[in-house]
Amino acid sequence: MTATRYRAPPADALLIRELDGLFALYHRPSGTTHLLASPAPELLDLLADRAMTRDALLDQLLRRYDVTDAADDLLDARLSELIAVGLVYAT
Amino acid sequence: MSFRVGPVGFRVGSDFAALIATLRALYADYPGPEIAHFTVRLPATAPWRRFLRPSVAIEGDYMLPDAAPLPLAQGLLAAEMAMNLQVALGHRRHLLLHASCVERDGRAIIMTGESGAGKSTLATLLGARGWRFMGDEFVLVDPMTGDVYAFPRAISLKNEAIGVVQHAIPGGRFGPLLRNTPKGDIRHLMPTPDAIARMDEPARPALLLFPAFGASRDVREVGSVEAFVRLTQASTNYTALGERGFDALADLVERVPARAIDYPDGQTALAMVEALWEAA
Repeated sequence: MTATRYRAPPADALLIRELDGLFALYHRPSGTTHLLASPAPELLDLLADRAMTRDALLDQLLRRYDVTDAADDLLDARLSELIAVGLVYAT
Repeated sequence: MSFRVGPVGFRVGSDFAALIATLRALYADYPGPEIAHFTVRLPATAPWRRFLRPSVAIEGDYMLPDAAPLPLAQGLLAAEMAMNLQVALGHRRHLLLHASCVERDGRAIIMTGESGAGKSTLATLLGARGWRFMGDEFVLVDPMTGDVYAFPRAISLKNEAIGVVQHAIPGGRFGPLLRNTPKGDIRHLMPTPDAIARMDEPARPALLLFPAFGASRDVREVGSVEAFVRLTQASTNYTALGERGFDALADLVERVPARAIDYPDGQTALAMVEALWEAA
């Protein structure tokens, strides 16, 4: 059995504005606005138009970003939130 | 009849000649529109209701299926609600904020809050103290420039605000007192001739205020995220504008400082606004 891989929309499908340390995000395909906290924008960036397993994602997150909030269960929680609002999908 | 309020042209028709005559008198200083963007219809709810317990329906290009008709004595409120509805549902050129607005030296204060927060009263009182009144219902943000445009229609004063404003502006051009409407007692006040003559002049937003009437005096800084969320809720066409709306609103909250003010009475609020303005 292969591990679930996750994918996000391409970067040009999103408009992201940083406000007060949070991120307002406009999802062009749906016309929906979201407010996100780190590390959600970093996850979207890593997964932009590129599928990745959860373990690869965690590895990249720690390697590329100064993310302190990347413990295993927190990553799962953030991923499931992003899936719930339709910004990330499992393939 | 037709007239223009800010960038929006209206054509208004009714079965009731007296209502049109009242509107004509109130809107006498407004220019005619080059084109009417919206049609407002205020017909009798049934042919016999022109005469028997006369009742005005609220109709137009945009309608709400559950918009309850009003008795003819409250016809001005019906006209106001119908005009607001057209703009709220149909206007796309600007990001609409349900807010009041005043201007001084080309810079604007935008005030938004729940019904009863005092945004109409504050803008009206500031308008009598050297500020240019730009509107008490909608402020129109140009998505290209970030400037705000005025929508200075008849000011709708409710309940206690009627007495406060009549006392502060004894020479104002008031409409008839409408008692016991669904929104309480209402009396309309026309903006000053200067506010109407200058309604096409945009202004640069300089201060965002979230006033709340009733509590003791307090000022709180509002961060850009909170301002963003509150203004998406205060906008009637944010969703319809898509990414133009997103960018316009993000620009606005990024650039313009925001404060929440609690105030116990109008005089205190005016002093607080002037002090915040000096500091902004």
